[in-house]
Amino acid sequence: MSMTDRLSSAPAPRRLPHGLIVARNILLFLMRAPTSLFGLIVLGLLITLAVFAPLIATHDPYVQNLQNTLQPPSAAHLFGTDELGRDIFSRLVAGSRITLSIIFLVTIVVGPLGLFFGTVAGYYGGKVDTVLMRITDIFLSFPSLILSLAFVAALGPSLNNAIIAISLTAWPPIARLARAETMTFRQADYIAAAKLQGASSARIIWRSIVPMCLPSVLIRLTLNMATVILTAAGLGFLGLGAQPPLPEWGAMIATGRRYMIDSWWLVTFPGLAILCVSLAFNLLGDGLRDALDPKQMNRG
Amino acid sequence: MKSVTISDLCVSFGALQVLHDIQLEVAAGECFGLVGESGSGKSTILRCAAQLNQKWTGTVEIGGKSVRDMSVAERCRAMQMVFQDPYGSLHPRHSIRTTLEEGLRINGIGNRDARLAQAMRDVGLPVEFLDRYPHQLSGGQRQRVAIARALILEPDVLLLDEPTSALDVSVQAEVLNLLVRLQKEKGFTYLMVSHDLAVVDHMCDRFAIMQHGRVVEVLPREAITQGGATQPYAKELIAASLEYEHAV
Repeated sequence: MSMTDRLSSAPAPRRLPHGLIVARNILLFLMRAPTSLFGLIVLGLLITLAVFAPLIATHDPYVQNLQNTLQPPSAAHLFGTDELGRDIFSRLVAGSRITLSIIFLVTIVVGPLGLFFGTVAGYYGGKVDTVLMRITDIFLSFPSLILSLAFVAALGPSLNNAIIAISLTAWPPIARLARAETMTFRQADYIAAAKLQGASSARIIWRSIVPMCLPSVLIRLTLNMATVILTAAGLGFLGLGAQPPLPEWGAMIATGRRYMIDSWWLVTFPGLAILCVSLAFNLLGDGLRDALDPKQMNRG
Repeated sequence: MKSVTISDLCVSFGALQVLHDIQLEVAAGECFGLVGESGSGKSTILRCAAQLNQKWTGTVEIGGKSVRDMSVAERCRAMQMVFQDPYGSLHPRHSIRTTLEEGLRINGIGNRDARLAQAMRDVGLPVEFLDRYPHQLSGGQRQRVAIARALILEPDVLLLDEPTSALDVSVQAEVLNLLVRLQKEKGFTYLMVSHDLAVVDHMCDRFAIMQHGRVVEVLPREAITQGGATQPYAKELIAASLEYEHAV
């Protein structure tokens, strides 16, 4: 860092920016454990598939071929074809984009929302806490799939509405977690020191409390992703999420269900895809729990 | 240099009154000690003066101006506090640079790099340590950082809440000597809470003995070794402490 170089008398060795060191440490740590390595690989694969979907797909995922329906897996169709003769492999690859965008959108809504409610409630306590936590309780008192169903029913079935519905049901556990974390160090001396230095409440929450909550929230978000994928698939399966002909994995299982007895490949491959991705997120979340320890993160 | 005047300070936590009409006068540039057993309200006085605890009655004046009437910025420059536990008073995820720079940023003070380097030199830490994290420092080094954080805003009064009790004996002496040197160099007024009469003897010009939320007696430093306490509790505390010193 340039500032170090100017200030220190001895020439300091050249160092990477701090953020990069942290990212490298986390990555190295995750790669050392086989389970989190599996999570990383599957996630990497999912992202690659989504980015290069048109190049990887062997067929157009939307083109029907009624002469060629319900074909078992073969060289021409790796995972076989569905009831309308569409290539299942290509549809899975195209579906990875949908899955990834659901995960991404839900995360960027749920993370900040939960963090905001949780830290504000935990830091201020008293009436603010009571009001915010009762709102959270109301959301928590429904099973998330049921609440998502209600939201989708009210908003109308579509992929975007499914994402909104899932986001609305997924933030309360994050808020609870952030609140509990905040309350454990609200009275800490470093918060008192920040107050004495003239920091406003907003600044204390943003600069001192959010960094302390962030690791556990990130872990929780990652573990939540499995649930999000399953809820999205569930909504798709019930016909309330992605609408045909979108190749959403849950919706693919729903339509394949009718042919399940004779043509196992219709439901097996989308099912395996959902299993792999949610398992990967669970394992990755577990690995992150160890990796996000500050002692491990800031080494060298 | 500014004086500290505390008058009629009362604090209650619920039904329990923990401070009863505290009256203290600390002269500008003086080191004043507060001693007493656990729960006698020593730290509470500091937390009230620092406005960390706002539910109190009475007046606390620094340099003749009530801390309640000061703006936040003014209060930051009037007094800072050093906490007891150096493991809990530094943000574990902030580098030393971030920790020290925060006060300067909040108060819009320029020339930050030079000030950071100066603060590190003042507390006897190498400037390279700015890019370390608290868990990479020893207890004594952390307490030095905490002291650097307190003095980087150039306050007039430093409130010291048992600044050495969490440290090893050999490190205690280092930190105390550092505090003595800083007072000589910068003319701080110290208000220091301590359990340890030896520390008070080393540092303070005068000290107050507290019991059950009341000031029992205010004594000069010499009273520890030469006797001079008139109140029974004060005599008892000093005798017990001397006995302990001899035993060690």
